[in-house]
Amino acid sequence: MIYDLWLLIFDLVLLGTLLALAVAALSSPEPRRAVMLFIAFGLWLSLVWARLRAPDVALAEAAIGAGLGGALMLAAARRQAREAQQGQALAVERPSPLAVWGLAFGSLIAAAALLWVYYSTLHGGPEPERLADLALARVPESGVTNPVTSVLLNYRAYDTLLELGVLMTALLGIWSLGRASAPFQPAGPALTAMVAWVVPLLILTAGYMLWIGASAPGGAFQAGALLGAAGVILRLAGDPAAGLPGETAQRWLVSLGVAVFALVGLALMVAGLGFLTYPPDQAKWLILAVESAATVAIGATLAAAYVGGRRA
Amino acid sequence: MSAPFLYGAAGIILFALGLWSLLVHGPLLRRLIALNVMGGGVFHILIAVAYRGDAQAPDPVPHALVLTGIVVAVSATALALALGRRLDSGDGDD
Repeated sequence: MIYDLWLLIFDLVLLGTLLALAVAALSSPEPRRAVMLFIAFGLWLSLVWARLRAPDVALAEAAIGAGLGGALMLAAARRQAREAQQGQALAVERPSPLAVWGLAFGSLIAAAALLWVYYSTLHGGPEPERLADLALARVPESGVTNPVTSVLLNYRAYDTLLELGVLMTALLGIWSLGRASAPFQPAGPALTAMVAWVVPLLILTAGYMLWIGASAPGGAFQAGALLGAAGVILRLAGDPAAGLPGETAQRWLVSLGVAVFALVGLALMVAGLGFLTYPPDQAKWLILAVESAATVAIGATLAAAYVGGRRA
Repeated sequence: MSAPFLYGAAGIILFALGLWSLLVHGPLLRRLIALNVMGGGVFHILIAVAYRGDAQAPDPVPHALVLTGIVVAVSATALALALGRRLDSGDGDD
């Protein structure tokens, strides 16, 4: 692959900053600072993926990985910093310097071995056959024109069904572990005004992302993450329920994704086509129906995960 | 020195950094950050392998795998934080 010098310098700067942010986040002893550096690392990672022509994944990492993951960890860091201030934190035993250096050396050996394997895989032997050509060739019959959406919702729809199941299971685990943490104090006028603008815009943008995911970067996961972010903002502004309805309605919303997906699959099986095998002329509408249910479910699940437990 | 190798090497280094931090540090939050950095490294390797230059469209299959992986990683982090909060809140034996 021809590699321009300026492009190489650009790539080295991008990657150097990425590694520096990772080292800073991992080596910071104060919890809130570490989490904020991790959020910066996640956003920078999303930028690097945009350079690598992966806009769908960059959107998802910025919204879900850095945004919601960082928000969840920041809540825990805030609690930890408060406990440390009140002198309630347990004493943490520090590992011996020998262990630290020994493990560093071991990680270095592991990294060198992996690098050697990776290099010889890339440069040894002929280019193996990739699924890319097969996947890209059949995108026109998959019902959508965005290749990533067609892989997620058509070729590998079963994986996505199970992934929604994993999300739901994690929430069931969180719900069974006890009560939610105390809510934030009610917001002042400036924050209330901002929330009144931002939350409707987020819901509108989520709807747009869902619709445009068929032909441009976007889709159910990014849209669901925006809805979850709206819930997080509402909780930060003082709403203890993060904009979610009561417990029974929450159970329905959260199971909606898996339920609709599985019902579509079973209906196709009953119709004689096979589980989740879409007929090419109706694939677009089936995928849209499944994605809409998944968006609502993902948004509700992420907001409920941020609440962190059953409401008192 | 091609783009997939450079970016994949960065992913491997991220994985090794996260692994070291996971093994060395004690507090739950630092371990979760380390785990997420390791996960980020793995996703990065997948995206680097999927990149095929500016002439060809990128390979969509690893992109879908990484999307799934991001959602699963955040679910696991949320559950781990809830478990940590429960452990810290009391030594109840119920």
